[in-house]
Amino acid sequence: MSLVARHLEAAGIPTVIVGSARDIVEQAGVARFLFVDFPLGNPMGKPYETGQQRHIVEQALTLLERAWAPRTTVQSDVVWGDDSWRAAFMRVDDGNRAALAAAGEARRREQALAKTDGRTRSS
Amino acid sequence: MTIDPAYRSFVSYIDKSRTFYGAHGYEHPYRWAYDAGTPAFAPLPGPLPSLRLGVITTSYLPAPAGEDRPPKAPYAASVERPPTSMFTEDLSWDKEATHTDDPESYLPLARLAEQVGQGRIGSLSPRFYGVPTEYSQRRTIDVDAPAIEEFLREDQVDVALLVPL
Repeated sequence: MSLVARHLEAAGIPTVIVGSARDIVEQAGVARFLFVDFPLGNPMGKPYETGQQRHIVEQALTLLERAWAPRTTVQSDVVWGDDSWRAAFMRVDDGNRAALAAAGEARRREQALAKTDGRTRSS
Repeated sequence: MTIDPAYRSFVSYIDKSRTFYGAHGYEHPYRWAYDAGTPAFAPLPGPLPSLRLGVITTSYLPAPAGEDRPPKAPYAASVERPPTSMFTEDLSWDKEATHTDDPESYLPLARLAEQVGQGRIGSLSPRFYGVPTEYSQRRTIDVDAPAIEEFLREDQVDVALLVPL
């Protein structure tokens, strides 16, 4: 999405990104970024919390109007509350390492099979 | 659990995904888009109350009848009757911490319509736009981004709000 924003800016269309993956957006380098420090999935506000959603939309519009240089990041003041998602998302530890390795193996086997299958069918 | 100030507070998804897929046995980590230079910056062509805004999402329209999933391609769809649910299953979001049942939490068409009603924005584009999250950055740059630009030009969009899930 950052690459799309960069394309549009270069084409003369101002953009604002609202997102929760701060490092990914900032490394790509965009004009205006409103960072919402939530788990991935609801950058425009918690589901059904219309007051908070209104607030984030308003912040995005203000950023659009007021930023004067590229790479402007504003962090929204909204908070998710419980912070356990930060450690839990894509967690890798001794408790799941073997299971993740096995899942990767299974996935690669599946893909290799699909490939062989495709070759058989197309030949 | 609380934040430990001995660590960076916000999550690094670059670090997380490298470790996570590494643990799955994938040897070559994904190389994210990186630019250390100064990105382009387009100034607003006028005051916001005179401008037309378009929204771009990484979510998909629901799968067509008889299909498992929607096509992975840029699209434009009317804001008149937006779908009550979007297809987000294939996207990487936190399926344990939250859900995507309320499209306004990532595709704020109703919230933006309110802003138009209040005169804060001139108008909302008659269509919203979807762009797939592609593994290939080349594809996004060469194919998808120009396709989105073309949609925006067709609809005379002045400014864009982009919301990646």
